Amino acid sequence: LGSISWVLITMFGQIHIRHRGQTEDHEHHHLRPANRNDFLNTSKVILVELSKSIRVFCIIFGESEDKSYWAVLKETWTKHCDKAELYNTKNDNLFNIESNDRWVQMRTTYKYVFEKYGDNYNWFFLALPTTFAVIENLKYLLFTRDASQPFYLGHTVVSGDLEYVTVEGGIVLSTESMKRLNRLLNNSETCADQSVIWKLSEDKQLAICLKYAGVHAENAEDYEGRDVFNTKPIAQLIEEALSNNPQQVVEGCCSDLAVTFNGLTPQKMEVMMYGLYRLRAFGHYFNDTLVFLPPVGSEND
Amino acid sequence: MASKSWLNFLTFLCGSAIGFLLCSQLFSILLGEQGDIQPNVLHNDPHARHSDDNGQNHLEGEMNFNADSSQHKDENTDIAENLYQKVKILCWVMTGPQNLEKKAKHVKATWAQRCNKVLFMSSEENKDFPAVGLKTKEGRDQLYWKTIKAFQYVHEHYLEDADWFLKADDDTYVILDNLRWLLSKYDPEEPIYFGRRFKPYVKQGYMSGGAGYVLSKEALKRFVDAFKTDKCTHSSSIEDLALGRCMEIINVEAGDSRDTTGKETFHPFVPEHHLIKGYLPRTFWYWNYNYYPPVEGPGCCSDLAVSFHYVDSTTMYELEYLVYHLRPYGYLYRYQPTLPEDILKEISQANKKEDTKVKLGNP
Repeated sequence: LGSISWVLITMFGQIHIRHRGQTEDHEHHHLRPANRNDFLNTSKVILVELSKSIRVFCIIFGESEDKSYWAVLKETWTKHCDKAELYNTKNDNLFNIESNDRWVQMRTTYKYVFEKYGDNYNWFFLALPTTFAVIENLKYLLFTRDASQPFYLGHTVVSGDLEYVTVEGGIVLSTESMKRLNRLLNNSETCADQSVIWKLSEDKQLAICLKYAGVHAENAEDYEGRDVFNTKPIAQLIEEALSNNPQQVVEGCCSDLAVTFNGLTPQKMEVMMYGLYRLRAFGHYFNDTLVFLPPVGSEND
Repeated sequence: MASKSWLNFLTFLCGSAIGFLLCSQLFSILLGEQGDIQPNVLHNDPHARHSDDNGQNHLEGEMNFNADSSQHKDENTDIAENLYQKVKILCWVMTGPQNLEKKAKHVKATWAQRCNKVLFMSSEENKDFPAVGLKTKEGRDQLYWKTIKAFQYVHEHYLEDADWFLKADDDTYVILDNLRWLLSKYDPEEPIYFGRRFKPYVKQGYMSGGAGYVLSKEALKRFVDAFKTDKCTHSSSIEDLALGRCMEIINVEAGDSRDTTGKETFHPFVPEHHLIKGYLPRTFWYWNYNYYPPVEGPGCCSDLAVSFHYVDSTTMYELEYLVYHLRPYGYLYRYQPTLPEDILKEISQANKKEDTKVKLGNP
């Protein structure tokens, strides 16, 4: 009887923490794109240079030794990163991670990337292999931000007094944030595993570590306050919005300038490439501030 | 004592029952809701009609992506609006009483709003939806009869209200702006019709019913006339084939709907089925039916696609989002199609705006 009640108490504890993690705290930090009107008088040449000056390094944070998804990722959205690499537990000649602990894997990856690429890129975007990202929209979100400031963005969730960026939505770090993170990781004690009875997920651990360095999470949104980093695929967001309001006409599920969707199969990634970079309605034009050219030598975008 | 151990046993049972209940609750929270993905059932027969959806996701409610027009304040739709006036399209959607709330509703909430005029054709009238009653029965064998009656209804009531007349199913998604671009090069007084062209049975080919097809005004006139004068037969169970045969008899040309790079615009399936190599097995009827060499992979589909078929309710909204809303900011699309010279001239004169918007702007 005693053991049963102990089991019951632990289970209640789990449920409680999970629910607390889902309540939104209104002390969110929010980040929205720049106002277009600030750039109306800037010359085209300067705008092209401005577009090129935002350099994004994409880290695909692999989940197993299986690299089969990398073939599709390489052929789809990661072509639009300035550079993209897949990091797994076994990285051939690069580095090996001798651990199954996701936080250990994550910080080893960040350390490696910063040491090798920290000087050449100003933004570092980490995504799971099931995430699809629109790099142009990420660059639009970032282009007026100073990468020498500590930015840490994505889809945030509040858990107790910790606001963290969920790894499912993708994690964006500026150069300054990477610098501070790596300084802390070199003093191995500060960001060591906070394991208690149950382990914290790697995205929470990252947030705790960054907090020591004075870097705080911000939820990325569009002008209307809609999330641009999504942790679910489009179809699911649509179905959830509709099933929550069956008697009404709800407004659109997602931002026009969404940056990420998660939970995509390799086939859905191909469909997204077509739906995003090719399929459109004739006769609709935008006078955008930035200019991005299609990647060289590909046919699906 | 026996009764005491029974009591203990009973307590133990209760405890484990409660524990079990709590465990299953916990597991359902942990695992979350598994999305129910129904695989699209592909019939190995081009004329197999849609199986009545049993248990497929019946989407309650509607989504309006245009509710926040503020996301589009930087969007220039002058050319789209010009074409809306110049190339008038009447759409009629083949549906039935059982499908008004399940399917036709989502068509009404999305692409149908861009037709110059839209009519929902059912066997019975429904004043609330609203749907036109064709006074036929429902069922696969009634499709051609419904089609004839629908075109007759349109001819009788709306002939002068449009230049082109589109037929679509309640699981077809149509991109009207792209259809207008396609049709802008043609004269509605010419006898011609467009769709996804199939080659068997009819010398000039015929158009797939599900992918949607569009008749010029002259084609519609001739089609309706053909039944008055018995040039075409009334009974057939294969709607698109019968219509295609009739078109050939009355000298209505089967047009080439491909874009300027030769990519198809009308599609008999959803994008995924065309884009993924090997999705449609080589034994599938499709490979032998397509009039032009069929392509899978990125070359399957025009950037300015006009239609997709077998689109379920969720995918209606997903396509609406992908076509009209989600976009890569600042992206210079590879395919830069233009309008015919004369229309361009008209538009630039009408708007009196700088030509740079038309030439350079990101379409």
